[in-house]
Amino acid sequence: MQSTARDFKHNVEAALADPNLQDSLSKLKVGFSERRRQAAERLPEFEALRDRARDIKDHALAHLDFYLEEFERKVLALGGHVHWAPTAEDARRIIAELCRSVGARTIAKSKSMVSEEIGLNDHLESLGIAPVETDLGEYIIQLRHEPPSHIIAPAVHLTKDQVADTFLEHHRALGFTKRLTERNDLVAEARHVLRQKFLDADVGLTGANFLVAETGSSMLVTNEGNADLSNTLPRMHIVLASIEKVIPTLEDAAVLLRVLARSATGQESSTYTTLNTGPKRDGDLDGPAQYHVVILDNGRSSVLGTRMQDMLRCIRCGACMNHCPVYGAIGGHAYGWVYPGPIGAVLTPQLIGVEEAGNLPNASTFCGRCESVCPVRIPLPGLMRHWREREFERHLTPRAVRQGLALWSFVARRPKLYRRLTALANRLLATFGRADGRYRSLPLASGWTRFRDFPAPEPGGTFHARWARHGGSRVRP
Amino acid sequence: MVADVSSPPRRVALFVTCLVDLFRPSVGFAAVKLLEEAGCTVEVPPLQVCCGQPAYNSGDRASTRAIAAQVIDAFEGYEHVVAPSGSCAGMLSHHYPGLFDDDPAMKARAEDLAHRTHELMAFLVDVLGVTRVSARYEGAVTYHDSCSGLRELGVKQQPRKLLGSVTGLRLSEMATPEVCCGFGGTFCVKYPEISNAMVGEKTADIAASGADTLLAGDLGCLMNMAGKLQREGRAVKVRHVAEVLADMGDSAPIGETG
Repeated sequence: MQSTARDFKHNVEAALADPNLQDSLSKLKVGFSERRRQAAERLPEFEALRDRARDIKDHALAHLDFYLEEFERKVLALGGHVHWAPTAEDARRIIAELCRSVGARTIAKSKSMVSEEIGLNDHLESLGIAPVETDLGEYIIQLRHEPPSHIIAPAVHLTKDQVADTFLEHHRALGFTKRLTERNDLVAEARHVLRQKFLDADVGLTGANFLVAETGSSMLVTNEGNADLSNTLPRMHIVLASIEKVIPTLEDAAVLLRVLARSATGQESSTYTTLNTGPKRDGDLDGPAQYHVVILDNGRSSVLGTRMQDMLRCIRCGACMNHCPVYGAIGGHAYGWVYPGPIGAVLTPQLIGVEEAGNLPNASTFCGRCESVCPVRIPLPGLMRHWREREFERHLTPRAVRQGLALWSFVARRPKLYRRLTALANRLLATFGRADGRYRSLPLASGWTRFRDFPAPEPGGTFHARWARHGGSRVRP
Repeated sequence: MVADVSSPPRRVALFVTCLVDLFRPSVGFAAVKLLEEAGCTVEVPPLQVCCGQPAYNSGDRASTRAIAAQVIDAFEGYEHVVAPSGSCAGMLSHHYPGLFDDDPAMKARAEDLAHRTHELMAFLVDVLGVTRVSARYEGAVTYHDSCSGLRELGVKQQPRKLLGSVTGLRLSEMATPEVCCGFGGTFCVKYPEISNAMVGEKTADIAASGADTLLAGDLGCLMNMAGKLQREGRAVKVRHVAEVLADMGDSAPIGETG
């Protein structure tokens, strides 16, 4: 996927000026976080489960080579195939070759963020293969030629009215000429249109929430059941997953599923939890004749063994973005690439470079709400700070910021000089702001005063000056 | 103020914070008053400056370390270090040790300081066992939970407990007191549009609470919210929680005169 992360500030302006987006975000902010809170409260051991989930992922990452090879062994024994894709390009090539090998014209896709990461749809279309997104949200944004704006709710940026217009525009040719306004009617229409696409598809492609090493299963959760049609009806099933999705056992999966659904949507479990374990066996009533797992690295393995490894614990629940006030203000598209929100601010610089995505880890107040809800306790603000440090070391931090910082730091390391300068600043700001107690505009502080008044210091001098004046004792000011 | 006065006084060093020093010294004096009334002797180490967050959050680790070392020196030997700010207290107690992973001697000193450092509200309630204050404040008050205090230090019930003992004060909670106000230090000037969207939501929430006064435990957040409330023409008075608890709630609110 083409990144616009470099244009972050421009994206932000557009997002803040988009009334439909702002309307959608206002609902998201309350809904998701409230449901997660209630779900967590209903499960007394929820916090303990978060610890276990973190430990399971840490263990899997510490022995990633072992579990990936174990997974491969199991898949091969079941009659399936595993393909290793070091880069996005490798993954695109492997999948295209698999599709061609069965003469595929259309493929039914169930939601896969990794397929967005590798830009799969555009690639397949360029080869004359039509990918059809079957998750309702993904289907909507595919019709609109938009990227997802959220990792579990890809069309969350749209209002119902926008969806109604999109369906009318694209379904008219199929005989649906009435503009629908009820949510259920829209879903029914999409269901009807998609049903034929499932039946027509030559290949089903799904993502995976987990790859289970002990059984060779890929595990997928959805609320629509679209993954089940994608992986049972076509004759070839391709699972596309990244390396960090592998976990040791089904028992581990059970722990992770319990925190995943609650963190994501506040559900106790997702509506559908599907295990795919190899191709159709003799005697099975249905299932794909061929089962392939494409495992993507794309730069992830380079953080193994570093303090940035924590980012690979992510189980893609979306809780960090649901609770992020920055995401809540600007939505997902402003981040400019596949993964938005706090986890995007950490992953994106790793996957496409901090030169391109440097704004993302900087656009955070470090409020810490993401870390406080992350089911696998990823220290997201700490990892964002790590990127800021890498930027600073490599002189990517904007010059004005560096110079301001250098000056401030010079003064801050000389307490006597600092004291003199703050006393002067205090006197100036207090004197000129005396009449109103605040400033409506202030030189060098337009970023602040464009939107808010700037409080003037209270009269009487700095704290340290007053403390010294009174011989280091308390005085009633 | 109720405190155990039978034990010897605790020697507390006040970490004033750079914003309180420059903009709102009365918060520092309120903190001193609260601490003294709880039986502490308060000193203000003269060589203190800033905790280093502007450098730390901008990725300048070398400057952060230099400033942290200076703070560690300045606060050596005090039984407790108390700051009227969750953000600065969190910096000292949660982030300093990690700055010196390659320097065991400094790391030990940083950890020692970390253990001695407290946010003011948490120190009064959790360490000193203060349960009430003698103060009067007429009005409906809403309390914003500043992020670092809340999530790093667990400051949530302590200020509310003490505010409950203020005569005439009624607490009127916002719908989302735990959501960030959009200040974020340099964030608010690096990304002013996002910060503005965040603080705009916060002031709407404050207004909806019906309170006539907004309190919080961090001056940066307070200046941000006060500035937005005033720009929007909303008649909400903004003060640091320590001022009200120290019965100094009659001074001019932040950004106002008289």
